[in-house]
Amino acid sequence: MKDFSALKKNLKKDFSSLKKIKVAILGDSATQFLCQALRGEGYDKGFDLQVWEADFNQIERQVFDPTSELYEFAPQVVILFQSAHKLLGKYNKLKPDAQGSLAFQELSAIESFQATLQSALYCKTIYFNYTEIDDAVFGNYANKIEASFLYQLRKLNFGLMEFAAKTGNFYVSDISSIQNEIGKANFFQPSVYINTEMVLSIEAIPKVAAKTVAIISAINGNFKKCVILDLDNTTWGGIIGDDGLENIQLGTLGIGKSFTEFQYWIKKLKNRGIIVAVCSKNTESVAKEPFEKHPDMVLNLEDIAVFIANWENKADNIRQIQSILNIGFDSMVFLDDNPFERNIVRENIPQICVPELPEDPAEYLEYLYTLNLFETVSYSNEDAERTKQYQVEAQRATLQQKFTNEDDFLKSLDMISVVESFNKFNTPRVAQLSQRSNQFNLRTVRFTEADIEQLGVSGAHFTFSFTLEDKFGNNGMICVVILEKEDADTLFINTWLMSCRVLKRGMEHFVLNTIASHAKEQGYKILKGEHIPTAKNEMVKDHYKNLGFEQSGEHWVLDAVGYENKKCFITIK
Amino acid sequence: MEKNEILNQVLSVFHDVLDNEDIVLTYETTANDIEEWDSLSHIQLVVAIEKKFKLRFTSKEIQSWKNVGEMLDCIKEKVA
Repeated sequence: MKDFSALKKNLKKDFSSLKKIKVAILGDSATQFLCQALRGEGYDKGFDLQVWEADFNQIERQVFDPTSELYEFAPQVVILFQSAHKLLGKYNKLKPDAQGSLAFQELSAIESFQATLQSALYCKTIYFNYTEIDDAVFGNYANKIEASFLYQLRKLNFGLMEFAAKTGNFYVSDISSIQNEIGKANFFQPSVYINTEMVLSIEAIPKVAAKTVAIISAINGNFKKCVILDLDNTTWGGIIGDDGLENIQLGTLGIGKSFTEFQYWIKKLKNRGIIVAVCSKNTESVAKEPFEKHPDMVLNLEDIAVFIANWENKADNIRQIQSILNIGFDSMVFLDDNPFERNIVRENIPQICVPELPEDPAEYLEYLYTLNLFETVSYSNEDAERTKQYQVEAQRATLQQKFTNEDDFLKSLDMISVVESFNKFNTPRVAQLSQRSNQFNLRTVRFTEADIEQLGVSGAHFTFSFTLEDKFGNNGMICVVILEKEDADTLFINTWLMSCRVLKRGMEHFVLNTIASHAKEQGYKILKGEHIPTAKNEMVKDHYKNLGFEQSGEHWVLDAVGYENKKCFITIK
Repeated sequence: MEKNEILNQVLSVFHDVLDNEDIVLTYETTANDIEEWDSLSHIQLVVAIEKKFKLRFTSKEIQSWKNVGEMLDCIKEKVA
């Protein structure tokens, strides 16, 4: 990780091609360095964070005064940083009989900050949780005394989690976990605090910035979707081809523990929706043997979406995994114990994330924890199904090879789609698709769950979600369209995005048939589309042209009245 | 360590932290003489010097120096 000086040097670089995001930071301690570090870290993550810093200790005034500079600036992201030190200061001034309600009081204040911000700005709020300070007034007994500072601080942190769990557009930046990682003696430097009112040490600032920018980055659709594992000495100890099934290290003894715990971590990621793939230099049958027969294996073959074991170059194998999964290299993490393999992959595929695993497998997990590789801002039940869907995709690819006529192939799939407008059940998945889809995404507008609820009540939109099921399995919701009422005749296609899993299945035709007939029924005459180019959506450059839209300046228009349905083999359910 | 040698090491910290290789330090230099040396970068310099010489200044010391020479004296005392 870069240190503060290195982040500061980024500030002199050229931000002009980066995505601009307006960020306000409001703190009750000095935040100038943090602002610089956020902007510097943002540069490395591809953002031009335009950071506005409120004057010191002005959170209430800025939030509750509708004419404040905060609202004039109109940020998309508001960072609130109320420090544990100031919390302790408040606690110190309370009468003893009021100390037990500190957490409750603070939480109420935070809830009203959030409510006010949302009604005035509709921004994403990032709130820093509290780093632990034990004032040692009660010793261990503080854990038994509700009025102790430690009790109140921990209660407040827990209350923040409960509040975040039920509140849209409110995210916690877990700086307390940074203090746990580097220790309070490194996180907080008293002489710096005394001289500058800064509660973060110079060493802690880049970590706090990274933790915070990770949230901003995930909100904007950048996060990891897949982990690719090497096997020998990464997933288990030893070399299966040399040592044999009985002698590889796994289980509860010695170094085997490290690998077993590592596998449990991968299993949890898989259950969360991260795709797990294997890329190993091995004979395939030998590499699969532990998965099938070893009693201490935590991962089994059903957990692995794509399994590649051969003697080819790993960079080529990873390219093959990428083409099967159809996700960007920048959303993949490759874990391999061998520095040589890591370098080959890094040199050939620079976008992929290749952590420098420690030499000692005992340290793998602790090291990986510190990288915060799998930041996310959404989670839905479909995530858990993802591996299965990719395995089904591999079967489908095999069937396709048997048909020479594409129509016959598509017909044979028996495809069915459920079309629904957005509702409270599909909202999490709609939000997630809007954040995850980069390639087939015409305008790349990102929505959070709260944004989507907003759309539902605006009255200015028609919303559509599409699922796709075929004889091999259910892909779940794979396409989202939002139509905006532009005028009495025109519906503007604000959003059209689709999962790349269902390309070349005629889904585009089915979607257009659906929205064109909806437009007609509602008395609209024109469908208007737009393609906003990004680094990743080149694939849909000619989307509207191919569908028969005509160019009109920056936009594409289609006569909905004269539209004739396009051929497709998907039936509506 | 000789004061002059300390000066050279401190100078390299200034170059790195303030990102300017042209900075020249003498015992008499003060923050007024160097454009990039403000109250904020001061604390960054102090922390970087602490790290370089593996020492800690007290908060009082950090506020007491009137020029680079006094800071060097303080370092010299601690590394002796």
